Amino acid sequence: MKEVKTPLTKKFTGRLKAGEEVLLSGVIYTARDQAHKRLVELIKNKKKLPLKLKNQVIYYCGPTATPKGKAIGSCGPTTSSRMDEFTAVLLGSGLSAMIGKGRRSRKIRELIKKHKTIYFIAPAGCGALLAKKVMSKRLVCFKELGPEAIYRLEVENFPLIVGIDAKGRDIYKYLAPGVI
Amino acid sequence: MSFAKLKKEVESAVAKASFNLRVDVAELLKVSLRSEKKKEAKQALKWILENASIAEAERMPICQDTGLAVVFIEAGGDIKVSASLIEAIKAAVTDGYRKNYLRPSVVDPLLRGESSYQGMIYHLSFSLKQKGLKISIFPKGFGSENKSRLRMFNPTVSFKPIEDFIVESVRAAGPESCPPFVVGVGIGGTSDTALLLAKKALLERIDKPNPDKSLNSLEKRLLKRINALGIGPMGLGGKCTSLAVKIKKAPTHIAGLPVGVNISCHALRSAKIWIEAKG
Repeated sequence: MKEVKTPLTKKFTGRLKAGEEVLLSGVIYTARDQAHKRLVELIKNKKKLPLKLKNQVIYYCGPTATPKGKAIGSCGPTTSSRMDEFTAVLLGSGLSAMIGKGRRSRKIRELIKKHKTIYFIAPAGCGALLAKKVMSKRLVCFKELGPEAIYRLEVENFPLIVGIDAKGRDIYKYLAPGVI
Repeated sequence: MSFAKLKKEVESAVAKASFNLRVDVAELLKVSLRSEKKKEAKQALKWILENASIAEAERMPICQDTGLAVVFIEAGGDIKVSASLIEAIKAAVTDGYRKNYLRPSVVDPLLRGESSYQGMIYHLSFSLKQKGLKISIFPKGFGSENKSRLRMFNPTVSFKPIEDFIVESVRAAGPESCPPFVVGVGIGGTSDTALLLAKKALLERIDKPNPDKSLNSLEKRLLKRINALGIGPMGLGGKCTSLAVKIKKAPTHIAGLPVGVNISCHALRSAKIWIEAKG
């Protein structure tokens, strides 16, 4: 199985193929609906971002609270398509990969190809299993959003499948093409 | 009835629902793993089953989406229902969520804002045929809830368009709603009853046949069609798109035929408790 380390450069993203299983290690950042909305507003208003996006990986995840003695609570992926309307702006800021679950729109598939990024899918509904792969969790910003805040996670051998690769190949393309 | 005991039992049911995968669901996942041939589908099912074991052993939520809890309270003939009894149950649900580090996922629908545990859904019903107090805790995740559907059919409709509507609802749910699913269907009543019946259907044992013969054969027919969609576990293709279809019906108006579809992800979680009037 291919091992992938963050930060993820565009040179490396080209080597991954849709459908391939990988193990990701390094730093990733959680961000879901409200955090995306805020990041995009900051970028559009040319404000300073609370984190650098270049070559970084964003994980669509809102974990449960961290129990005592653990690094993180349950932390599986949330539905990626809800982030589609914000993705173009983030990809323009140098983001190199996204992790989530489910299909993306045709537009996002094309943008992924254009920016040579990667869309990974994580084992959906497996938050307890994924929690074992997270070594640390630290708040970055938007604390008031609680589980929807941006957290910096250090992960080790985080199991993923390449959903859409840098050439625009999509493992879900065969599913109901009329819908997306 | 001792409120202190009631509170303790409700709190532990909240934890059980989030940490322990239902036995019937786990059983059917294992059956699917044995029948799947596709490598990716097998891997997905192995992840799901391994996740369930870790969750149970470490008392960690099966899924980070610990849901908007839907709580069904059924009072038997010997139970004296009061506002303070209902308030005690509500407080216990909230405390169960907080004490077990479950995710506060509830917000104002328009203002959004800070999420909390306030606003869980409660349904109260009564039955003179039963004794005691039955409480079901059903944490409903929104990856699948977002795919709920309702259609008001004409009363003269044949079975075929109803079946097509259900199958199409599952197809639209797709990989992002965490297949293999359990599909809940409610037929009849008013629009709201149909959707509520669909949700209640998910609380039935999914490894047992429907006692209503015609609904049982409809469930079987639908399951076959749904599994022919080929979405498969985590949408990676394969034979198992749905573990089961469960249908409930209720009388409806001569002018209509409401059909509600409520889909559950593979992490179908619920816990039931039963407390005696003297308990």
